[in-house]
Amino acid sequence: MNRYLGQRVGFTLLGGLTFIVVAPILLVVGVIVVNGLGALSWEFLTAMPREGMKAGGIFPAIVGTLLLTLGTALVAIPLGIGGAIYLAEYARETWFTRAIRLAIINLAGIPSVVYGLFGLGMFVLFSQFGTSIVAGSLTLALMTLPIIISASEEALRAVPTEFRTVNASLGGTHWQGIRQVVLPQALPGIITGVILGLLRAAGETAPILFTVAAFYLPRLPQSPFDQTMALPYHLYVISTQVPGMPLQIQYGTALVLLTLALALNLCATLIRSYFRKRRQW
Amino acid sequence: MTEPKIRIENISYAYDGAPALRNISLEVQPNTITVFFGPAGGGKTTLLRLINRLNDLVENTKIEGRILLDGQDIYAPGVDVSQLRRKVGMVFALPLPLPGTLRENVVYGPKRAGVRDVRRLVEITERSLTQAALWDEVKDRLDSPASALSGGQQQRLCIARSLALEPEVLLLDEPTSGLDPISTGKVEAALQEAKKNYTIIIIPHSIQQAARVADYAAFFLMGELIEYRRGREIFTTPRDKRTEDYVTGRFG
Repeated sequence: MNRYLGQRVGFTLLGGLTFIVVAPILLVVGVIVVNGLGALSWEFLTAMPREGMKAGGIFPAIVGTLLLTLGTALVAIPLGIGGAIYLAEYARETWFTRAIRLAIINLAGIPSVVYGLFGLGMFVLFSQFGTSIVAGSLTLALMTLPIIISASEEALRAVPTEFRTVNASLGGTHWQGIRQVVLPQALPGIITGVILGLLRAAGETAPILFTVAAFYLPRLPQSPFDQTMALPYHLYVISTQVPGMPLQIQYGTALVLLTLALALNLCATLIRSYFRKRRQW
Repeated sequence: MTEPKIRIENISYAYDGAPALRNISLEVQPNTITVFFGPAGGGKTTLLRLINRLNDLVENTKIEGRILLDGQDIYAPGVDVSQLRRKVGMVFALPLPLPGTLRENVVYGPKRAGVRDVRRLVEITERSLTQAALWDEVKDRLDSPASALSGGQQQRLCIARSLALEPEVLLLDEPTSGLDPISTGKVEAALQEAKKNYTIIIIPHSIQQAARVADYAAFFLMGELIEYRRGREIFTTPRDKRTEDYVTGRFG
């Protein structure tokens, strides 16, 4: 009986610890939902801000964040997956590839504000994109790349070598094996990495601070070289820079950002389970 | 004497500086079953994987000597490796269906070779599965996942997958090591049938199996070819002391 008692105590303890980890997250989400739900209305989601952002909606910020995430995805996904395929499937172990890997790991550790400053120098000033969606997307993509590359490389390496051998033994070329056998099996892992990276890009403030974000711009961007408002920066502005801001609007904005992130996450989970079901062995 | 299908000339092979094969020479006759046998680590699998250049996928190796297929050096510069592997098929010890359906597995090779005609692919599927003695068991569920098959069926699917390319040579590395006696019997029967059209080299999983299927048999020990004989005499009247010790069960 004693062993079972010990097991139960252990399980209860572990359950408690898990709760301690999860509780703050639930609390944060709960507070935001309770306080922000009242602000949500059709107008809040689809109207331009008015009266120095103290009234009206946050439409341009929502559109801005969606556009920036899309721009980031367009640049970071092909580059990231391409780089991962090279590193996992083609590159031999040399000092050069080791240096690349080291660089990628270090890139992931750079503070986001440094990316912002680099983006300002590289894309806004040197490349003369100006403060624009293009400059912001490129900066965010740069920050996202290491996440996508590391996750994709790991997912590719997790596919057993034997599959590549079988492909070769059936007369498939190296690339055919990657395309037909390896990539489909690595896809769930790659998608997870992509979504994690994009989630981070969608929620970051510092990289867009100097490269794209507008303080107050009550219209939609007209071209990729236009500035735009964006949710994280807007949240920062209305929380710290505008005196007398109604609290409800701040929570409402946070709730919208949170919902966007959760929606993106849900998409990833659905795509992943779809591919898991289709590709099993 | 017919022209040999495969002529292995003075092959030596080293992996990471450690020799795995020492000066191997032998000839494989067309439309026969040749058996490579001996204790583990003797170099059988290594030699097998040299014949369709699967060892190309491994780094840090050194190969000397020549392997001729129909008189052509398969390691000569300019040889299309994919083309070679279509002519020299391989079946592995562990059956590994590719992700996807039975049908997709069988036509994987032909599709990569550029066969697009659906009617052709359907013909190929039926012919190869029939040759691998699997057709009757699976003809009604060609579009279900290959992973749902039993181990014995999976291995015959892998044989069918290789036969789909109509290879001239079929290499089999302990194809029945994970199978029950009934499945093993079916695979061996399929091989006897396949011999009419193909040249087969097999690493058996037991001496009994070696003796059952061999037209020619080669005994490998620690990277050396000890004895290579026609027929089954090698199992009853071995000439070399080391072969005798092995086939009579004194070691291995």
